[in-house]
Amino acid sequence: MRITRYAAAFAAIGVVLTGCSSEAGNQAEQQTGNTVAVETETSFEPGTTMAELAEAGTMTVGTKFDQPGFGLLNPNTKAPEGFDVEIAKLIAAQLGIAPEDITWTETVSANREPFLMNGQVDMVAATYTINDDRKQKIDFAGPYYEAGQDIMVAAGNPLGIEGPDDLAGKRVCSVEGSTPAENIRTNYPEAQLTLFDVYSKCADALTNGQVDAVTTDNVILTGLVAGNPDGFELVGNPFTKEPYGIGVPKGDDAFRAFINDTLEEAFDNGDWADAWDRTAGAISGTEAPEPPAVDRY
Amino acid sequence: MQFFIDNFPLLRDAFLTTLSLSLLAGLLALVLGTLLAALRVSPITPLRGLATFYVETFRNTPLTVVFFFLIFGLPQIDFAVGFFTGSVIAVGLYTAAFVAEAVRSGINAVPSGQAEASRALGLSFGQSLREVVLPQAFRTVVPPLGNVWIAMVKNTSIAAGFAVTELTASLQRLSNANAGELVLVLLAIVLGYMLITVPSAFAVSRLERRVAILR
Repeated sequence: MRITRYAAAFAAIGVVLTGCSSEAGNQAEQQTGNTVAVETETSFEPGTTMAELAEAGTMTVGTKFDQPGFGLLNPNTKAPEGFDVEIAKLIAAQLGIAPEDITWTETVSANREPFLMNGQVDMVAATYTINDDRKQKIDFAGPYYEAGQDIMVAAGNPLGIEGPDDLAGKRVCSVEGSTPAENIRTNYPEAQLTLFDVYSKCADALTNGQVDAVTTDNVILTGLVAGNPDGFELVGNPFTKEPYGIGVPKGDDAFRAFINDTLEEAFDNGDWADAWDRTAGAISGTEAPEPPAVDRY
Repeated sequence: MQFFIDNFPLLRDAFLTTLSLSLLAGLLALVLGTLLAALRVSPITPLRGLATFYVETFRNTPLTVVFFFLIFGLPQIDFAVGFFTGSVIAVGLYTAAFVAEAVRSGINAVPSGQAEASRALGLSFGQSLREVVLPQAFRTVVPPLGNVWIAMVKNTSIAAGFAVTELTASLQRLSNANAGELVLVLLAIVLGYMLITVPSAFAVSRLERRVAILR
């Protein structure tokens, strides 16, 4: 009798699980169902990175696996999904490489430069802010998106916070050791910082009214707002500039120029806006912004 | 050296936060833990059951979960405490379970003839516990209580994830800002903890020798 009861319980769990996975699977199909046509006729100058990759028919791309809207691993397909991923697919398509022939490697903030310098990845598309420090070690194509530090408040914005200057005397939440927290500490010292170790705790604290605002890159906040649209809202007034670029190995100027050309083409023909609408735009419910100007330094 | 000079104010404040967090939580744990141990040996069954329930609940729950409940759970039933106060309570409630078990083992180590004799002399249960059993019990549990204290000092690092800028939180801040001097950062943090735990261990062994019962 006891055994059958256990069996029934397992069966019930199984039904629930398969129900979930098939739903997620359908979603994944919808997401990948609308990608850019892969170039079939490619010709590149021999010896360039493009020629090598096109010849190999495969490439390795570093991206984030934990950033909703930009690069988030789908546990069912074992592939990441998001805006960064779509941009990488656009570039691969120009090289004649189909999305399923791309090898995705997880890169986190701390290991992106070493991965490129050691040749473990061919390029990095991972909410990768272009800055001069990093340009010492690697090169950047793009930017293909401009993020910025923004503020998230409780729905209805009860304290009327419109920008960083309104944070004086307010309890502001961010993550210990992060650049946004450092920015508040040095440039807006009158704000009272509350620092957790992850942003989800900031969201909990905001829900409970233990803090008045949460601040970090707008793309992260967008993900949090999407998780609780009735509880939170974005102030929508970015006060720093975080241009996201494609990281390539230092000195590969031909590859960088090729990616810049590809990005500009995607800006113009609508592929870029289309990629936005399918990923980050679908999560945040925002229209594709004006594409940034590519920086050919 | 420059690193220590530049970051001295942050490191000092973080150290003092860890120290005060440890002392307050330790005091709470000692008082509550002793009370629980007394309940666990009391002749009244419901009180024994209550204390057993408390000890098993907190001893078998990860400290991080206790923190989550106190910091984010309580405000949802309109009972908010500050982040520091909440951390003291979380560490104190958690450690009390371990203190209770240590003290109970000490009580069990006191020969039952002692308690029987004091009851025969007309002392109440409370009196015999206070005047006869607990003074002897505490003497035998100095080493295990020392262990609980040292473990608790290190457990206060969980508060770093709950908006208390103690030593481990300062490690997170400094390691990002001084990626090139990571070894120095780690050294400073470890020294901070050892400044509390090493003298404690020394004091515990001194105390142990001074109060030892020679049987």
